[in-house]
Amino acid sequence: MKNLLSIDDLTKAEAIEILDTAVTLSNLSETGVKKFPTLRGRTVVNLFFEDSTRTRISFEAAAKRLSADVINFSAKGSSLSKGESLKDTAMTLQAMGADAVIIRHNSSGAAHRLASQKWIDGAVINAGDGTREHPTQALLDAFTIRRNLKNDQGDLKGLKVGIVGDILHSRVARSNVLLLSKLGAEVVLIAPPTLLPVGVDSWGTSVSYSFDEVIGDCDAVMMLRVQKERMEDLFFPTEREYSRAFGLTKDRIAMMKESAIVMHPGPMNRGLEISADSAESNKSVIVEQVANGVSVRMAVLYLLIGGATTRDLETHLGENK
Amino acid sequence: MSVVLNGAEIARALKRISHEILERNHGSSDLILLGIPTRGVAIAEQIASDISGIENSEIECGTLDITMYRDDLRLKPPRNLFPTRIPASGIDGKNVVLVDDVLYSGRTIRAALDALNEIGRPRTVQLAVLIDRGHRELPIRADYVGKNIPTSKNENVKVHISSVDGIDEVTIESDLK
Repeated sequence: MKNLLSIDDLTKAEAIEILDTAVTLSNLSETGVKKFPTLRGRTVVNLFFEDSTRTRISFEAAAKRLSADVINFSAKGSSLSKGESLKDTAMTLQAMGADAVIIRHNSSGAAHRLASQKWIDGAVINAGDGTREHPTQALLDAFTIRRNLKNDQGDLKGLKVGIVGDILHSRVARSNVLLLSKLGAEVVLIAPPTLLPVGVDSWGTSVSYSFDEVIGDCDAVMMLRVQKERMEDLFFPTEREYSRAFGLTKDRIAMMKESAIVMHPGPMNRGLEISADSAESNKSVIVEQVANGVSVRMAVLYLLIGGATTRDLETHLGENK
Repeated sequence: MSVVLNGAEIARALKRISHEILERNHGSSDLILLGIPTRGVAIAEQIASDISGIENSEIECGTLDITMYRDDLRLKPPRNLFPTRIPASGIDGKNVVLVDDVLYSGRTIRAALDALNEIGRPRTVQLAVLIDRGHRELPIRADYVGKNIPTSKNENVKVHISSVDGIDEVTIESDLK
């Protein structure tokens, strides 16, 4: 594994290896070990072309707990706002010796471009590209489901996960559908027809237009943020109507299975896709997702740049010649 | 390949180590055994059960994974991590006995000392190994040794433990064919 660009690149075994590594790391931090020397001397660059709180801070915390040096690079206040191209930015990072570049970009495929053009030889981690993918979010969601419902063991066979809301604009949904299916869970997408992408029938999931009909069967319900910033058209008549049909409320929580959990990748639009009391109900694992995010990202960083990287091997080979 | 210790000999060696640990520490109070994965864990559990048998009291036993602290991480692809389980009472002020299968360069133990340092401050740290095969690269020695086996660097010492490998024995094989 050199990069993490898409869930599609992972085999089921690799995905489970990431989750297992994250379990070990998360248990260690519970015993009070907060810092590891493992990535000392490695440089990790957070390259964020799009706003983010959770993901950037989570990657930063993960890298710092592994003793890596972290450089935060956001579009605002950098030469990017002067019109520098992705290529020139990448070449600058290469010259600075970045061992891993974590990239978030509003264009789908930006991470692939960065990784495939050989501008940099460090690892590339996709932290969200347009409406395409957000693999580490899917991994932390799978981790959270597995921790709560499968006792940190194996895959997710036999579980039913409902992904609710703005599927059309959601990279979180895309990565989750790929990963959850790979791990054997059954996924049902719940959204109004206007918020489902064209060709959704080829995703291998079931689709429901009625939240109330399927909520009782779900072991986990994943609420998605209504992404107003990506909505150029009118996708539903009013926010109140959306909220009534697809919002998670106290009444709907009461319809859920006893063991079922409520998730949200954040940031939440309270009162729109999720009501304040359901976000804080005892079924909600939303805060836990954030904590798990750090462990999962530590696992990804460890597996990508904790061992010998391509660059290490090249220097090493050079010495032996 | 030759067998240097069979199952009965391993059992006797561990029993002797158990007595030595008790003798050195004046009993089993404040004693914690930490096995280093994978085979050190099984050996630590065996010593713990031997000590419990001798003293008629349970002794605390855990595991300590040292992968994240290795000094050769960057020479190989990433290694899998193993769980670390520290007894709930912690290691502060305790006598910790690290347990591993083979003592060779001493680098694993150096990493273990670093890992331990992150978890707490034991009163003493001691080292028990089933096999000491020499060729130390660091100033580290074992307090309790099952068997000293002088080896050449071309040889490979393998410890098999029934819970991991299905058989208890120690073998030595030569890389040179």
